[in-house]
Amino acid sequence: MQIDIKTTSVTQLRQTFSHVARRLGGDKPASRYQEATFDLQPAANFHYRPLWQPELELYDMRRTRIVMRDWYALRDPRQYYYGTYTIARARQQEAMEKNIDFVEKRGLLRDLPQAARDALLFALVPLRHAEWGANANNCYITAYGWGTAVTQAAMFQAMDRLGIAQYISRIGLLLDGNTGEALTQAKALWMEHPAWQGLRRLVERLMVTSDWFELLVAQNLVLDSLLHPLAFQQFERRFSAAHGPALSLLVEFITSWYEESARWVDATVKTAAAESADNAALLRGWIAQWRSAAAEALAPYAAASLDADAGAALAAVAAAFDARIAKLGLNAEEKAA
Amino acid sequence: MNMPAAPAKPPRKLGIKENYALLTRGLGWETSYEPMDKVFPQDRFEGIKIHDWDKWEDPFRLTMDAYWKYQGEKERKLYAIIDAFQQNNGQFNVSDARYVNTLKLFLTGVSPLEYAAHRGFAMAGRNFRGTSARIACQMQSIDELRHAQTQAHTISHYNKFFNGLHDYPHMHDRVWYLSVPKSYFEDAMTAGPFEFVTAISFSFEYVLTNLLFMPFMSGAAFNGDMATVTFGFSAQSDESRHMTLGLEVVKFILEQDPDNIPIVQRWLDKWFWRGYRLLTLVAMMMDYMLPKRVMSWAEAWEMYFEKNGGALFHDLSRYGIRMPKYHEVASKEKDRLSHEAWGTFYNYTQAAAFHTWIPADSEMQWLSQKYPKTFDRLYRPRLEFWREQQAQGKRFYNNTLPMLCQTCQVPMFFTEPDDPTKICYRESDYRDNKFHFCSDGCKDIFDHEPEKYVQAWLPVHQIYQGNCFLPDANPAAPDFDPLAEVLRYYHMQVGHDGHEYLDSPDRRNWEQWTGKPGVAA
Repeated sequence: MQIDIKTTSVTQLRQTFSHVARRLGGDKPASRYQEATFDLQPAANFHYRPLWQPELELYDMRRTRIVMRDWYALRDPRQYYYGTYTIARARQQEAMEKNIDFVEKRGLLRDLPQAARDALLFALVPLRHAEWGANANNCYITAYGWGTAVTQAAMFQAMDRLGIAQYISRIGLLLDGNTGEALTQAKALWMEHPAWQGLRRLVERLMVTSDWFELLVAQNLVLDSLLHPLAFQQFERRFSAAHGPALSLLVEFITSWYEESARWVDATVKTAAAESADNAALLRGWIAQWRSAAAEALAPYAAASLDADAGAALAAVAAAFDARIAKLGLNAEEKAA
Repeated sequence: MNMPAAPAKPPRKLGIKENYALLTRGLGWETSYEPMDKVFPQDRFEGIKIHDWDKWEDPFRLTMDAYWKYQGEKERKLYAIIDAFQQNNGQFNVSDARYVNTLKLFLTGVSPLEYAAHRGFAMAGRNFRGTSARIACQMQSIDELRHAQTQAHTISHYNKFFNGLHDYPHMHDRVWYLSVPKSYFEDAMTAGPFEFVTAISFSFEYVLTNLLFMPFMSGAAFNGDMATVTFGFSAQSDESRHMTLGLEVVKFILEQDPDNIPIVQRWLDKWFWRGYRLLTLVAMMMDYMLPKRVMSWAEAWEMYFEKNGGALFHDLSRYGIRMPKYHEVASKEKDRLSHEAWGTFYNYTQAAAFHTWIPADSEMQWLSQKYPKTFDRLYRPRLEFWREQQAQGKRFYNNTLPMLCQTCQVPMFFTEPDDPTKICYRESDYRDNKFHFCSDGCKDIFDHEPEKYVQAWLPVHQIYQGNCFLPDANPAAPDFDPLAEVLRYYHMQVGHDGHEYLDSPDRRNWEQWTGKPGVAA
């Protein structure tokens, strides 16, 4: 029996899931982001204490000192869930594939003067390790954070950082003609060169920071917004001015990623700060503390990578950072006022 | 700039394996400003000894750009089909509305496990000190997030037309039978990272996935559910990566040190049994809930475990690994598992988020044929008796609460391995308390780690302790109805989400909307 359903009246029973409707304030059509995000993480009636941290539950809000009435307030302005995230990145990687191909075919890096290649290797290739550290830290936030809204964005951030580490590795391979020699040298710099030790020490400190929200602030807000502009804007600009646009093509993903992910980081920190004076004070303290640690760590790196321009570059980066923090309402002066 | 037209010497060509190794291998480093044991505090306490993480062969060799490319493409296709399904009211093309109950079981019971796997692999992806092992776990972590989210998006449309799906994360945290899958995964996540990957990557993904994922997806295909079957196909390539990881994990651990072998064997024993007990719900789905059946549980068990699993463990015997303990009990149970489970859910469907029913005559015939040794003798008479009662307006609902097994949390309805007419009871004494189990397998698991399993949040105990009522419930009120209050706590809508299928709004709506019978001929 075949019935044309268009002639039958079909009344939808509901527009969305009940747990989503409660957050929307009623049964209304919900977006895919909302249905993919809200309340996905278990929140009650846990069975066993973790062997690795028996004082807390498997999922536990007490893994950070930040307190939120509703952790799902920390929404991602990009509205990324797995589908939208991978589709966006697939598009970007396609452009990058073309860029890398372009640079490789023309030997744009390999045929640079030795000094330029050395400078590039020194300033950028060891950052693959810093990005791997950022991957670990965001993976930590994914694992131990509270609420899918923030943990899924951290997962995307973690995978992005692995991707960036690999794009930086590609720069090394373009320099050495795919022998891997540049990567070996870069690792030696990361492990031993005095100019890199401040940053390595800082990354290792982040890797033992247990408060996941503090780690989110220290890694994604503070360190990233001091280091990324320094390396991928200040250094890159100077390098490109002297040696042509090859490097700009190779860091295109990284620079556009930085701007895009900053929207998520800022929204997350801003919402947490707006929640309570206690949160805001905590965030201010973390920002101040990690800012000075990062500044100290980056000074020798900047000096070695940017020579005489180091001071100006650091100052420009710091000014942009302070402006960003002020926009979040979390600058130190406001605390005094 | 003075660029040469062509590079002086062409770069070396890289194969996938070498490219992956260069882009990945050296990323990690031996930390020196912080001790390695502080950076990776979790990968030693289980007693697993790893001497050389570089021996880890990443089976995927996927760089992130390749991952984004493949997965982005898959998502584009999947969502195009989900959109088309919704526009065309594809939900009305399924065999009959009873089929949707398998989706209810899946969304409330399995999709949250995908999410749990996402978080669990994020933990493992942070905690191993080997770079490639961490990357493999992270890729699985984000894949599992994909599965949780695409399942929500696929089934979202069914939720608009059928009951029982509407509050699945809330129910997963609370409802009595959903503590079976929930506690299973939490057991793995609260263990160390090596036990977690052995449990989930190997015992679950590698050994048992054909008995969980595939019955649902094939069931969808057989019953005209194009949305779910498309999701299933799309997830298949992820699943095969995960299975490969599972085998790699176990081989790697076993090859690293002979001291690892007895630890791994114990985990294989435990997680085989934990997983098998969880599959009880699937057995019942396969034999009773699919209007168009794919294969019987017994056939699936024979093919996927006895045959394929047997060959796998034969391969592993060169490491000193034997078949998991109590596999022979599982084989003895294969002719009764689904019947015992369905009988129990038939009893308690008023407190479940899916409907139950008595199989139609043709379906009983199928069951007799598939279960010649047991069905007509043991289960048909009971079903026919219930059907008779139902015809007289006395549909049986059991209003007392069942005793649960302390380990697997399934109600204690399983029977003695050698006597399908006698309920199997086992017990252990621990700290002046008596604990009850459905089987020797579950008792063994408890006895090895009693301090863990005494913590179990057993739904029935919790109800009796008064922990499953909303704050405004008043147990002192003269008209207090404990079952109604528990259902309110579950967010279950009485008469809509549960109870007999024939009496359900789902059936009425189906017949009215599609003009097709509620029970397909």
